[in-house]
Amino acid sequence: MKKILFVVSVAVLPAAFAETYVLQNATIMTVAKGTLKGSIVVRDGKIAEVGEKVMVPADAKIIDASNQYIIPGIIDCHSHIAADGGINEGSVSVSSMVDIKDVINPEDIAIYRALAGGVTTANILHGSANSIGGKTLPLKMRWGKDAPGMIFEGATPGIKFALGENPKRAGNPTGRAINAGAQPARYPATRMGVEDVIREAFVEAKAYKAEWDAWEANKTGIPPRKDLKLEALKEVLEGRRYVHAHCYRADEILMLLRVADEFGFKIRTLQHVLEGYKVAKEIAAHGAGASTFSDWWSYKMEAFDAIPYNATIMMRKGVVVSINSDDAEQMRHLNIEAGKAMKYGGATETEALAMVTLNPAKQLGIDNRVGSIEVGKDADLVIYDKFPLSDYAKVQKVLIDGTIYFDRDNEVTGRPLKQAEKQKLIDKEKQNQQRGPQTPPTRRQG
Amino acid sequence: MKRLITALFLCCVCALAQQHPAVAVRNARIVTVSGPVIAKGTVVVRNGLIEAVGDNVQAPADALVIDGEGLTVYPGLIDALSTWGQPGAAPATTTAAAGRGGRGTVAATPTPAVAAVFAVPAAPARGPEDRPQTTSWVRIADEISGTDRRIETARSAGFTTAVTFPTRGIFAGQGAVIDLLSGEKTGEMVVASPMGQYISIGRGGFGGGMGGGFPSALMGYIAYVRQIYLDLEHYKLVKEAYAKDPRGMQRPNYDRALEGLMDSPRILLPANRMVEMDRMLRLAADLKQPTILYGGREAYRPEAAELLKKSNTPLLLSMRWPEKSRDADPDEVDSMRTLETRDKAAQAPAVLAKAGARWAFYSDGLDQPRDLQRAIKKALDAGLSREDALRALTLSPAEIFGVQDRVGSIEKGKIANLVVTRGDLFDDRTKVEAIIVDGRKYTPVPETPPFGGRGAATEEPGNPGGAR
Repeated sequence: MKKILFVVSVAVLPAAFAETYVLQNATIMTVAKGTLKGSIVVRDGKIAEVGEKVMVPADAKIIDASNQYIIPGIIDCHSHIAADGGINEGSVSVSSMVDIKDVINPEDIAIYRALAGGVTTANILHGSANSIGGKTLPLKMRWGKDAPGMIFEGATPGIKFALGENPKRAGNPTGRAINAGAQPARYPATRMGVEDVIREAFVEAKAYKAEWDAWEANKTGIPPRKDLKLEALKEVLEGRRYVHAHCYRADEILMLLRVADEFGFKIRTLQHVLEGYKVAKEIAAHGAGASTFSDWWSYKMEAFDAIPYNATIMMRKGVVVSINSDDAEQMRHLNIEAGKAMKYGGATETEALAMVTLNPAKQLGIDNRVGSIEVGKDADLVIYDKFPLSDYAKVQKVLIDGTIYFDRDNEVTGRPLKQAEKQKLIDKEKQNQQRGPQTPPTRRQG
Repeated sequence: MKRLITALFLCCVCALAQQHPAVAVRNARIVTVSGPVIAKGTVVVRNGLIEAVGDNVQAPADALVIDGEGLTVYPGLIDALSTWGQPGAAPATTTAAAGRGGRGTVAATPTPAVAAVFAVPAAPARGPEDRPQTTSWVRIADEISGTDRRIETARSAGFTTAVTFPTRGIFAGQGAVIDLLSGEKTGEMVVASPMGQYISIGRGGFGGGMGGGFPSALMGYIAYVRQIYLDLEHYKLVKEAYAKDPRGMQRPNYDRALEGLMDSPRILLPANRMVEMDRMLRLAADLKQPTILYGGREAYRPEAAELLKKSNTPLLLSMRWPEKSRDADPDEVDSMRTLETRDKAAQAPAVLAKAGARWAFYSDGLDQPRDLQRAIKKALDAGLSREDALRALTLSPAEIFGVQDRVGSIEKGKIANLVVTRGDLFDDRTKVEAIIVDGRKYTPVPETPPFGGRGAATEEPGNPGGAR
């Protein structure tokens, strides 16, 4: 009970300190309930009211958003920022023992830059070097908080899978990791091998799960050995961990869906999925989401058959589709990436915007909290000066949990001061270097 | 012939360390560290122990008497994390790398101290089960040698004691507290062992780890550390059950990696940046192991000191302050964080002392008296008091490793490790007159000029052996 109380108090605390805001007279693109001209009341970190006319609480701070646009915070379903020390445990084919959670770097400047692009939540994924990669989780871009403060509390964690050229080391017939020097060959080297690795891992995981289930049934004797690698796959089998699978070609997509069906688990999202338009019906039938690029292709063989209509075609066939960045730079203009879905395939404004807000929220199982502007949801909001799907739009303010984390005015006015501070340190160091001698390098004996 | 050589050898030893039944330093200023400073008093040393200390203590008749007029006696300095006593070993860590965003150039692979013991297995590890880069069973007390030339230079800087650790690999092995004696029987050098497990965490890259296999990324290293402690828990249960009744039970496999961890009183984890300190403290809490952090490059940040205090975790602070590399591209502008770190790193001791955090200095590859002195001076200039500086080199490290009952201060009954100086220990012109280790009196050697080129070594802390 004490523990529960503690958890509750921690969850409530930050919200209790959040200000009450009224964001006034904006064009509000709610994504879930159409677009309206009106205001939003933000209280205790949540959206308290949305409407053409709202009750302005006495203690509220007014943010005038006349002639501006407000959208839900952008959600990037595929990012690799904010992680320290490499995003690939590329030494083994199954690296489900590693966890992004262990290496969150809340001081990565890419977080702030993503914020400046309107991103409020990002799914931080392990890389695609292994058939079964590491454990992953969504973060909120709460710049300035520590590592646990970044974690999207209560969100279902994930795991990265990868198919095709990356795990099989294409163009590298010995199976050597690129730039890894004298790296020994690593299985697999073909798509058949990738399937086999996944299959074998789950055969092992099933046995492991059976062993634990048997012990849990009566809890007598010594518990089985806890294996971090198989523990993560056991969680997948139990539906407690989402699979985010990197894939390109239609054949490998179908392969993975079949393997998942056979072993009785679900693929939560297919990532990249550039040939998804060829097998959209099958993807929809499995219930997998698809997180793709807008118009980025032909950077390798398996990306040659991509078309920019991919997102809208899959959407029309009943797949929940999101557009992701997979890149710290692209992450800063996902609004424009979403806008491309209107040009290619004729998505509506709301449909296009949903691809970077509500749809990724659904894919990550956090749409009860974020993804649209609705009363009761987290006050994760982005204010743009112009129509947000246009490339002329600039982010003005970003709120997460009702707290302003990015303010363009402050950012711009603060720059000269920051620059001066930096210059001061540079000059000071130059002076010191001319004056004092340096510590000698480490000496070794023998 | 053999006897003659032995005799000659013994003469050499005698020349270096003079042995007397007792040594007394009379009428000197005595900085006890554990108690108040004695303005004018006497310290008597016999059989390697402090026999008496005080302002009305008489020098015994059989003692070699040093006239302490104008001299100050301090407890011998302790290097809290060292590789002294291991000839050919690389320094424990170097933490100066504040070059570009903290990423340093890679140093040459050091010669292993004991090749047979530290040999890297031929096949790359396929996972945690292969126990990659683990020699947790190594006790450095079994490997130390008085022939390490650094012992003499360090002693000349006032160091009498070192907590020396094996440093190669992820789980490198157990450290020991040693007294810095030269050429003696190595068994005499060991003050206490085992002192804890030295753990390195690599920075990671795309390919294989330094052994060519698992782990390669930072998260792989952390996963491995987590897994091995899970295995240890299970291993203990199985062993216990088997010891109780082996009949009808499959014999558990002997696992030397786990055996090595079992009797480890604590673990040492690397942490330089603020986020690393936070990360390692959380890891330590999950592992439920008593923990010491080492590195501390960003410990000047007040929130870091708060974290340490809140978790009551000691920090061993590198004395190798980060500097801009001489070879750095002059056109490249470092990040604000990097600039700030280089500017403020030496404030860390003052910040930690003010916050009341538990911390101690460690040499981090410095061993020349001149360099050590310069490093301390930088911290003093940045606001550290002389008392706190002295404590961080004597009683604090002793307390952190739980050997404050035998070293770290001048008290009756403690091991006779003393430094006698003319002038304040941390002054530029101070001369070390004598060093007493285990009751044996040594005179400092004139400083040898540093060899090798200049420029900051830029190895990451805990990058195992800087091998990649």
